[in-house]
Amino acid sequence: MSVAELSLDLVYAAMAVYALAMLCSFVELALGRPVPAAAAAPVPAQAAARRAAPAEGDLLTKERPPAAPAVPPAGPAPDSARWGRIAVSFTVVAALLHLAALVSRGIAATRAPWGNMYEFAVAGSFAAVAVFLVALRRWPIRLAGAVVVPFVLLVLGLAVTVLYTEPEELVPSLQSYWLVIHVAAAIVATGGFTLGAVLSAAHWWRTRTGDEKRLAGIAVPPAQRLDTWAYRVHVFTFPVWTFAVMAGAIWAENAWGRYWGWDPKETWALITWIVYAGYLHARATTGWRGWKSDAIALVGYAALMFNFIGVNVWLGGIHSGYAQV
Amino acid sequence: MTTGAATDSAGAPAPPPSAPPEAALGAVGWLRWGWRTLTSMRTALLLLLLLAVVAVPGSVLPQRSSAPDEVATWIEEHGRLGELVDRLGGFNVYSSPWFAAVYLLLFTSLVGCVIPRTRVHWKALRSRPPATPRRLERLPVHRSFVVDGPPEQVLGAAREQLRGFRVEAYPQSLAAERGYAKESANLLFHVALLLLLVTVAVGQLVGYTANKVVVEGGSFVNAAGQYDSVRSGARFDGDSLPPFKVTLDRLDVRYEQDGPRIGEPRRFDANVTWSHEAGTGSASVAPNHPLEIDGTKVFLTGNGYAPVFRVTDSTGTVVYEGPQPFLPRDTNMTSLGAVKAPSAAGGGLAFSGFFLPTATVDDVLGPISTYPDLVEPKVFLNAYRGAEDGRAAGSVFTLDTEGLDRVEVDGQPWLAQLAVGESATLPDGQGTIELLDVIRFANFQVSDTTGNGPTLAAAVLALVGLMGSLLLRRRRVWVRATPGDDGRTVVEVAGLGKGDADGLVAEVERVTDGLRTSPGTLDTHRTIEQERQ
Repeated sequence: MSVAELSLDLVYAAMAVYALAMLCSFVELALGRPVPAAAAAPVPAQAAARRAAPAEGDLLTKERPPAAPAVPPAGPAPDSARWGRIAVSFTVVAALLHLAALVSRGIAATRAPWGNMYEFAVAGSFAAVAVFLVALRRWPIRLAGAVVVPFVLLVLGLAVTVLYTEPEELVPSLQSYWLVIHVAAAIVATGGFTLGAVLSAAHWWRTRTGDEKRLAGIAVPPAQRLDTWAYRVHVFTFPVWTFAVMAGAIWAENAWGRYWGWDPKETWALITWIVYAGYLHARATTGWRGWKSDAIALVGYAALMFNFIGVNVWLGGIHSGYAQV
Repeated sequence: MTTGAATDSAGAPAPPPSAPPEAALGAVGWLRWGWRTLTSMRTALLLLLLLAVVAVPGSVLPQRSSAPDEVATWIEEHGRLGELVDRLGGFNVYSSPWFAAVYLLLFTSLVGCVIPRTRVHWKALRSRPPATPRRLERLPVHRSFVVDGPPEQVLGAAREQLRGFRVEAYPQSLAAERGYAKESANLLFHVALLLLLVTVAVGQLVGYTANKVVVEGGSFVNAAGQYDSVRSGARFDGDSLPPFKVTLDRLDVRYEQDGPRIGEPRRFDANVTWSHEAGTGSASVAPNHPLEIDGTKVFLTGNGYAPVFRVTDSTGTVVYEGPQPFLPRDTNMTSLGAVKAPSAAGGGLAFSGFFLPTATVDDVLGPISTYPDLVEPKVFLNAYRGAEDGRAAGSVFTLDTEGLDRVEVDGQPWLAQLAVGESATLPDGQGTIELLDVIRFANFQVSDTTGNGPTLAAAVLALVGLMGSLLLRRRRVWVRATPGDDGRTVVEVAGLGKGDADGLVAEVERVTDGLRTSPGTLDTHRTIEQERQ
């Protein structure tokens, strides 16, 4: 078996384990039921939670209703939570397989494994899971996995069926160390924006339903915390995307003699940047914080996805026409 | 212009009111209202989103600057709609007035926002941290406890804990603030964006980009008149180009030879020698590896084949001999071109047709190229008479056949199909054409890089400012120590985050823990912790 075949098998293995993780998440959602009112003794639970995790940024502002529990009440955990934890374990195992697939692909191609759409899809979806798992170490956002994992599974499914190509030597216009820098930044940003979009959507849902509403009986973090997390993920990711666009411009100067040419890929990278800049501004503008800023973040994510898929498929341009050189 | 985190729960300058003024205010009032509306955060945000929207059509419609042929085809195919789109600037989106209007308004709004904020920030930088609020328990994070040490000792220890803060002493309390650099970075980011706009514009004005097709063995000189095409800014000075000469010795090309990606390019390597008043040298120019001479970069942006022909006229005189670049039309290098011999006896001769590096005759498609490298090279040519002015009319790469007579045999167009070394004779002894050889040509793009340094510097400043503005945290911490009824000292620590209050609790707890464990203030046993939120 060649290294390239090994890499593909690892992708299939990762997909199988992601599927198990997804099923466990769904079982968690299906089993989830409201916690009996007696278990939700808010005041002591709140104090206990604060003492347990003081560094977590448990910021309680005046606007916040004082009775809202910041974390699920202590006491016997609902059955469903166990399934959620199993889902996370499966996700970790799948992510390791996914990483191994990426590394072995790089070995097979003897270069950075993100030289075509297949490889970008595998690397970008790995980044999404990695960002989710890193964020999960700090914040109780396990339910976000129920969205991130199926999405990653979908992307990998498309990658192995529609996008798959054998590892090949790159066309001359891609033979540059800027490929490593520029595309790696784009991949990390794609992972970050994916989690950001999930958290922004969750915040939107939360502001519509109110903090007491449970999702299939499972406690969801209150709106204010979801907003803070979504903002922080975007704050981490936005400079990465800025860097990716700038590195791309430097590469374009070195490859084509102009740092900016309004090529569709460049244009949509800028559109994505502008929309996310709009999100950051909206969060600081009276009357725009809330569902409007969430909507802008989701539009930004749509632009990002369009740049990856739509531009390659429909708009072409020099980024896809490189074979003409 | 704030980047996200700059919301201020503790009352920054209030957003300017955007309600229209009373009519009685007159023209000045309206101007002021207009300026305030333009520079308001809401307007800036809407302009930002509008900029994203107006950038879209340029990515969907073909643009004159990059694909003039596609624009012509688009207009032709869409008739009146095409003309309408053209009149609206749809094919020159990024230089259209409406696109410029949006970004200029946005940048004006930005200026109107940066100036007052710089003033406010300048004052903040030189001011003392604000006096300790009377009721610290009202702040977002607040801790209160009792220690044995006297108040002065507690405040002394608090100074230790507040290293890195700007600390101001008030009676019985300390006010501390840090993270001023966050707003400095925010302003830097926005100023750098303005700078970026300026450097890009200046670079466009003074710069140039030129193209030249060079066959193996040929050369070009860096002079405006020498190029096939030059695109330059309004302030471009064609006389001040650095003088150098580049000769293409050999172009090495390699394609994928089998597998599903057969024919995909793997290597283009133009071996050149260059000479400049500062010296001479040889170099290899490849995609991603431009040659830089005296601040000018030479890029390899294209390649193709130049069949070498010899044309003799009816008198046996050689009227053309040399390579003629044929321009590739597809990935298998099917190439179109023309050979013009205006001095041929009997009113000039011209040939037009295509070159196939790997010629195969397909039953349906006719002769096509199936691989981009030279495996079975062939030219297919028609001949024309009456091209005395053939070289003047149009480019050297195409033949405008209008007004020319096609050479025919028995009513059918005369067609020559030549492999290397073969020749064909025109009917009635009008002359012969011979394919002597096939060499390669390279398309070089020469670009001025003088504007790139400042643009890169502005972009780097913007990135640094952005990271500082998003990642630094501005916060205030107050410590108050007052004597309690039992002779011990009541200590209060409170914090306020400006904007993103991430880590504020941790910060306050760090100070609290430091005070409680510091020698001198050490609270022996009876710590009372009150948590009031």
